[in-house]
Amino acid sequence: MSLVNFTAREITCKIVYYGPGRSGKTTNLHYIYGRVPETRRGRMVSLATQTDRTLFFDFLPIDLGQISGFSTRFQLYTVPGQVYYNATRRLVLQGADGVVFVGDSQARQLDENIESLQNLQSNLLEHGVDVRTMPLVMQYNKQDLPPELILTPAELEDALNFRGVPSFAADALHGTGVFETLKAISELVLKKLAAGSPAV
Amino acid sequence: MTSTLHPRFTFETFVVGAANRLAVTAGRTVAENPGSAYNPLFIYSGSGLGKTHVLMAVGHAAKAIAAQLHIEYLTLDEYVEAFHAAIAAGQGDAFRRRFQNVDVLLVDDVQFLTNRKEMQAELLRLTEALQQAGHQIVLASDRPPAEIADLDERLISRFSGGLVVDMGIPDYETRVAILRRKAEERGSNFPPGVLETVAKVEFPNVRELMGALNRLIAFQAVNDTPMNEDAVRKVLGIPGKGGEGGGKGTPAPAPASGADEFSQFLTDVTATVGKAVEAWRARVAEAVLRWEGEGYRTGRLEQLLDQETPPAVDEAIAAYVQDVERLKALEAEVAVLDPQAAGDKVFRDPGQLQAAEAAAAKVRDGAAPPPAPSAAFPLDGYCAGPSNEIALKGARDVIGKPGKKYNPLVIVGRSGLGKTHLLHAMGLELAKKKNAVVACLSTQQFVDELIAAIDGNRVDWWRARYRRATAFLLDDIQLLAGKERTQEELFNLFNQFLDADRQLVFTAPAHPNTLDGLEERIVSRLEGGLVVEIQEPDKGLKRTALERLLKSQRVTADAALLDYLVDRPVESVRNLGALVQRVIEAAAAQDAPVTAGLARDVLEGAPAPRRTLGTRTSGIVVSSAGGVRSREKMVWDWPAAADRVIEDMR
Repeated sequence: MSLVNFTAREITCKIVYYGPGRSGKTTNLHYIYGRVPETRRGRMVSLATQTDRTLFFDFLPIDLGQISGFSTRFQLYTVPGQVYYNATRRLVLQGADGVVFVGDSQARQLDENIESLQNLQSNLLEHGVDVRTMPLVMQYNKQDLPPELILTPAELEDALNFRGVPSFAADALHGTGVFETLKAISELVLKKLAAGSPAV
Repeated sequence: MTSTLHPRFTFETFVVGAANRLAVTAGRTVAENPGSAYNPLFIYSGSGLGKTHVLMAVGHAAKAIAAQLHIEYLTLDEYVEAFHAAIAAGQGDAFRRRFQNVDVLLVDDVQFLTNRKEMQAELLRLTEALQQAGHQIVLASDRPPAEIADLDERLISRFSGGLVVDMGIPDYETRVAILRRKAEERGSNFPPGVLETVAKVEFPNVRELMGALNRLIAFQAVNDTPMNEDAVRKVLGIPGKGGEGGGKGTPAPAPASGADEFSQFLTDVTATVGKAVEAWRARVAEAVLRWEGEGYRTGRLEQLLDQETPPAVDEAIAAYVQDVERLKALEAEVAVLDPQAAGDKVFRDPGQLQAAEAAAAKVRDGAAPPPAPSAAFPLDGYCAGPSNEIALKGARDVIGKPGKKYNPLVIVGRSGLGKTHLLHAMGLELAKKKNAVVACLSTQQFVDELIAAIDGNRVDWWRARYRRATAFLLDDIQLLAGKERTQEELFNLFNQFLDADRQLVFTAPAHPNTLDGLEERIVSRLEGGLVVEIQEPDKGLKRTALERLLKSQRVTADAALLDYLVDRPVESVRNLGALVQRVIEAAAAQDAPVTAGLARDVLEGAPAPRRTLGTRTSGIVVSSAGGVRSREKMVWDWPAAADRVIEDMR
């Protein structure tokens, strides 16, 4: 997809929230949805199972209005985290301009985090995208849980962020770090405009 | 004219809450980096919510960081007043230079730009100049740019190109904070719960909140007893705890702070996009938005965006703007000539400038020209003689130097003396000049046209029709008497023609100052030129006129006929023409040549046939060669003597 359509004077950013199951991707979107004025957001599409697990994906369009003469829209997607939904994940990832990797800070979820990260890399490769060229931000969610259950951001940083991308400690349920993460990925995505490299 | 910054209106004394955090953050950023962060910064909010405070705080903060900065704060009204004063003093350029040298310009109450087109243009120019020079402009208004009525699209676009932030009504916590700070500043102490009770009332702005606090302070000072919550409710008329309105409880701060989070995000994204989008693309996109907003087709600019690195973008934009300006000029010109044609879409497409030029030329050529002089009155057909030689000399001078010699030229004389002929003859001669457009018509036609124009709501078009003319010749201006509107229009036209040295010629039956019903201002202008009188035709003139008349009717004029006709008592050439016509028609009816005898018969009556028996006559017979030549002076049929006697005896 085209990130910037100069003829139509549109900027459309597709940002995908990626991560293992139950790491809080949909919670991120819900928090954002609640903070965006009604006039700026579209209907949030959420296909969930009876146990509130994302079945297919969540979709939240946000209209930022005219910026520098461009009609700017953000499309936020989540992928289902469960391993067996990989086809859906790959599909949602298609045309992504940026990825937020929502990691679960719980110590026992570390392997799932690593597995999901590897899955992201392989799925991007399927689309012919090198993960190193894709704007990526790490979010260590659930930092509000008792300290004995979670890894600190520094530990997670060591374990997951070997590429040194921007990272944020977050508590998506209460909003901590949610907009910081969104802002960071937005900046990375938009900066690609200056470099002139086309989106996926 | 420029107001000084109020010393207390600083960021330190401003209570920041969710509703105004963005504006304050933006204001601080601008003060720290004037001209580079958000330029222009446009702050809007309802009345009494702190716009002026933030505006002045920007000034204070910028000054505190860099003392050498030249900072000006003024309201729009002050700006307008200063501009008008400067223009009146002939110092318009100095005024512009002065403001263009300001480092941080703070303009308050921008909403008053409504219906001030000239100030909008001036402010647009200033904003562009300041931006180009890297100087900061901060504006405050009670509504966003797009909602300021009648605001130029370019200004809306320009304002929106920076950062537009609003300041909302303070939330409960902010209200408490404001009340606490203000009470502290005034040295008043209130028991716990009092200020909170006041803050629970959702005042529409901070000023009213301050009014409530003032009442509490005054009440407490008079009663010399500390206020309690009940007393507050009583003083401010707030319903009790169980009632509605006051007891809404603490509003949830989350949505407000959420909205703030989003606004902050939006601000950040805006800054990022601004940096990320290549500068030239932003300029082109801005130009597209602006001109599209004004209704022009922007395909030419959009083609630039399709290219990777188009050469000379700024030149392309400038050329586009130049073409738009030309289109505007063409459209304005056409609108005057033909309002309907001005609506043609060709005048909105800078890509079709040539077509627009052609369309305008077509309208120009096809526009109804003003009534032209009649070709039936050529100058060489005008008979000259002592009775009209001054008028003719004046006319020739005017033809030789239109607008320069005698302006206006007023030809006066009785009806039928050839005023109209001379007027049209002059018109025909003037029309021969290069690029001449001569309007030559009767006053009655002029009046009728104006009435039709008023009726058809086309007065502007009608005026324009005459204003195009290089000479204006009006016959029989005495008919303007009592027609006030026509006189008004003529007066305006008169002045324009005089100012532009374009020729005016009028005819009237008498000297203008003797005409009734003409406004003094018109009479005085008529008198200001040359008034020439045409007298009754002299014999020489009559002879010339007769020769031409007869020649034009292909009648061979013998001397006797000419002598006879010249001697006929006529008041004007027109009457002479009528006589000739009668004679010629009679000759044609009798199939006889036009001779002096026939003319005499026709004009004076044929001799009566000889009396037959039974008819009594006077018995006087006039010899055809006798002394009495005029038959009409003879009495041919006399009543009988007896009848005459009886008549005399009565």
